[in-house]
Amino acid sequence: MNESFLESARPGGAGRAQKETLAQLNGVSSDAKEPGVTRRSLGEPTEGLSGKGHLNEVEPLLSLRGIDKSFGPVQALAGVDLDIPLGQVTALVGDNGAGKSVLVKTISGIWEPDDGQIFWEGRPVHIRNPKEAAEMGITTVYQDLALCDNLDIVQNMFLGREPTRYRLLDETAMELAAKRTLAELSVVTVRSIRQAVASLSGGQRQAVAVGKAVMWNSKLVIFDEPTAALAVSSAAMVLELIRQLASRGLAVIVISHVLNEIFSVADRIAVLHLGHIAAVGPISEFDPQKVATLMATGTSSWSSHESDSPSDPREL
Amino acid sequence: MSGSSRTPGEFTREEVTSTTDRSAGSAPNTRASEVALAEGSELMVNSLGEYVQAWVKRIRNGDSGVLPVLGGLIAIVIIFQVQNSLFLSAGNLVNLLVQGAVFVLLGMAEVFVLLLGEIDLSVGYVAGVGAAITAILASPFGGSWPWWIAIAAGLASTVFIGTLQGVLITRLHLPSFVVTLAGLLGWEGVMLFLIDHASPSSGGLISISNNIIYDLVNGNLNQVAGWVVMVLVVALFAVSIVLRDHHRRSNGLAAPPPSLTAMKIAVAIAAGVALLLVCDANRGVSIPLRGVPWVVLIVLGFLGMWSFLLGRTRFGRYIYAIGGNAEAARRAGINLSRIRTTAFALAGLTAGIAGIIYESRLGSISDNIDGGTLVLYAVAAAVIGGTSLFGGRGKMIHAVLGGIVIAAIYNGLGLLGVSASTEYIVTALVLLAAVTVDSMTRRGRATTSAR
Repeated sequence: MNESFLESARPGGAGRAQKETLAQLNGVSSDAKEPGVTRRSLGEPTEGLSGKGHLNEVEPLLSLRGIDKSFGPVQALAGVDLDIPLGQVTALVGDNGAGKSVLVKTISGIWEPDDGQIFWEGRPVHIRNPKEAAEMGITTVYQDLALCDNLDIVQNMFLGREPTRYRLLDETAMELAAKRTLAELSVVTVRSIRQAVASLSGGQRQAVAVGKAVMWNSKLVIFDEPTAALAVSSAAMVLELIRQLASRGLAVIVISHVLNEIFSVADRIAVLHLGHIAAVGPISEFDPQKVATLMATGTSSWSSHESDSPSDPREL
Repeated sequence: MSGSSRTPGEFTREEVTSTTDRSAGSAPNTRASEVALAEGSELMVNSLGEYVQAWVKRIRNGDSGVLPVLGGLIAIVIIFQVQNSLFLSAGNLVNLLVQGAVFVLLGMAEVFVLLLGEIDLSVGYVAGVGAAITAILASPFGGSWPWWIAIAAGLASTVFIGTLQGVLITRLHLPSFVVTLAGLLGWEGVMLFLIDHASPSSGGLISISNNIIYDLVNGNLNQVAGWVVMVLVVALFAVSIVLRDHHRRSNGLAAPPPSLTAMKIAVAIAAGVALLLVCDANRGVSIPLRGVPWVVLIVLGFLGMWSFLLGRTRFGRYIYAIGGNAEAARRAGINLSRIRTTAFALAGLTAGIAGIIYESRLGSISDNIDGGTLVLYAVAAAVIGGTSLFGGRGKMIHAVLGGIVIAAIYNGLGLLGVSASTEYIVTALVLLAAVTVDSMTRRGRATTSAR
């Protein structure tokens, strides 16, 4: 089955034009859309992203199959299979060098995989550069946040996608949309959304980056160590933001080293070890000790994470 | 079941989720009231007093804007007026504006690149090349072309030079300091070549024979036209800020209180009337001479145009973004090379205009123009006015104020009969003071953001 759709996908070249989708191959009609997920859209909808419904939750938003990536002699990713569902937070954990960053950069278009196939909403796709990823609805919140300190919150949230009227910046539309988005996130306590980002705290800056992702109707938001540089109170706020994104129906990937945080925020967990997926499954099937063991050794005698009847991890 | 293995003190899912649910609901809760408070503190200020408070807070946070240069200008004016009462005479004030025009325009050219965090050391001789080409084409030697063809050719050449330097900087990733330093030398050579070959008999001097080019600085608007233009400009300004405030208010956004808007308009009217009264006083020595010099209108026109470009268009926004964080701008999908190259081209264009104004004021262009000093004055004008050398902060009005400060020093010391050596030293001290303010502002911001 895996083989057959990989074969059918490759001649497609651009991939997106491919008619035969993963959904059809799986026997799930692509018309099965989920009506419930409503997200606010900006006055000027981004083309191609809004207006579409969402595939049934059974169908993952993003599927990776057999992703390989090598840098010279170093194999960073070896046959990674991973599904990212909508409406859930998927935690990506692993030791240093396990391939977390490479995997995330492959998804966000910074590197193309050497081999393997990426399916987006059931269709095989090639994500060639960050811009294509952004057009598909993939947003990455980087550790350094990529904000311009000299610009204010509104200007940062719209950077690169400013709406215009008669070719001039439409400041009113921008400010209204930014204000609405930040109010919806309802954890943002800023003095004024017209203040320069330089004057914000770390948590507030992260909130601006998240607000940017929400406002642009992203479907998948990737957080790379979102709380690494934050004070405890700010970290709690950011975790709350991450939960909110998932409850809005977005797919979220979180890379983190802090297992406490992962167990408080994630729905699913995927453990990487030396470029392989060591384990993946609902968080309820894991506990911190087990995850730590998996991160360190890549194996555990408990191997029923894919079965429908999870056994008690404490038995081990 | 895995919950039982958790240690006390960690975040539980239930805690996080329940907070989310509470804030998503419409019931009054702590989160919602925090947001309301946050919006109430500065976004919704309505009275003039609150606005002044917010303004004072911004200054304390290091966002001092044009205050230092305005304070400095007032101090300089007072010092010179006390020393020589001719300083504030109508004739001298108009002279000062005319002298300042070249510094102002070169400063504006520099603002485009300083905002990117780059520098252009070539603007002085780029202005020289543009001026030489314009003068030659308008002269009998060059074919006595009409003024607009001569000026268009001069400006086209400076735009080309700016684009060329921009392409070298962006495509070959060369430092702008070095590329434009090469320009400082190279374009002086080109300018000398042009002037010396076009004036074989007059020893490196080309007179401006075209009346219109000569009148750019030396001609005046007649008094009626001056008042009409002033009323139109002030009315345009007033209508645009009233409409903008109305538009914001009708969309539920914070707008400055009407009293503040009224004050701004009153200041604009007062400034316009003062300018007209100064320019309309007779400043002729033997024959009456009145009216606003054309060059004042030209400078104001470019001030308006370039401010609009920087403040209201995507291009302008991207210049600030690149100066603030080039990597963030790149990730936002902005074409850095195109924006940077365009900024250097606009710097070239503005330098060309400065060159034409310069030769119009002198009535000639000669091969001993000191473009090296001019470029230093250009950078000084922008920085004294409040443009940051570190990129991302600055406005066109800064070049205007800084250029006027330099012209005031130049003019005032000239009135006092002080030597050139003192003039350079004083300008240097003012420049140092300006850079100190810039640097301290930066540090102030850094500590504010680190709180």
